[in-house]
Amino acid sequence: MKNEMNLQFSALSQNESFARVTVAAFIAQLDPTMDELTEIKTVVSEAVTNAIIHGYENDPNGIVYIHVTIEDGLVDITIKDVGVGIVDVEEARQPLFTTKPELERSGMGFTIMENFMDEVEIHSQPGSGTEVRLRKHIQNRTMLCN
Amino acid sequence: MSLNIELETKHDVLCIRLSGELDHHTADELRDQVSAVIEKNKIRHIVLNLEQLTFMDSSGLGVILGRYKQIKQVHGEMVVCAISPSIQRLFDMSGLFKIVKMEPTEEFALQRLGVA
Repeated sequence: MKNEMNLQFSALSQNESFARVTVAAFIAQLDPTMDELTEIKTVVSEAVTNAIIHGYENDPNGIVYIHVTIEDGLVDITIKDVGVGIVDVEEARQPLFTTKPELERSGMGFTIMENFMDEVEIHSQPGSGTEVRLRKHIQNRTMLCN
Repeated sequence: MSLNIELETKHDVLCIRLSGELDHHTADELRDQVSAVIEKNKIRHIVLNLEQLTFMDSSGLGVILGRYKQIKQVHGEMVVCAISPSIQRLFDMSGLFKIVKMEPTEEFALQRLGVA
């Protein structure tokens, strides 16, 4: 059975924990392991932080959009902003690359997303925004026990 | 969800004990508090105790790397201790263990820096 949810909120840093905890609570119905839940929370935090800092350049009037579907153990998360966009996505994906070293950004956001998820797609258009799609299969522990 | 920061100075070593969640929102507060104490107390080394830290993302890596750079200017060392497996993965991924040492407990970390 397919199940989906939408979430949208102001681009404020205090909403980062709200976003990751909410997505984790929705995914909890798949009975993930603690490690899987931590991984999901971390990647949501990374993508939402990117939207706030880079997409909207800390403008609190920006809105971050999250869409999550779960179906047959597959978690499919889309995190979107309609901010400035990324000029060179391949460059942005490189470990330790950051456009904001003065803000002590580590440049590890996309690397962490790629390590923790099965698939990471980034669609971005300078001037119109960025959409990050993250997919991961959750092991069904109930079925394994039967 | 927030971050609790406990700071204790022992000679020229600053012990930073974190509990809660370290993300972009809480990283700024940590940077400001720690930077001020490093300057004021002439800190050379840092022990970072992560025993009670329940969540961290790449913003945490950024602020830790920033403080490492700060004490490197006075030829100091950073030792992280009581790190959880999930946070250790982030350290491994970023290559931070090439410059930051790891110990199982705060006591071992302090011994390593010669102040236990």
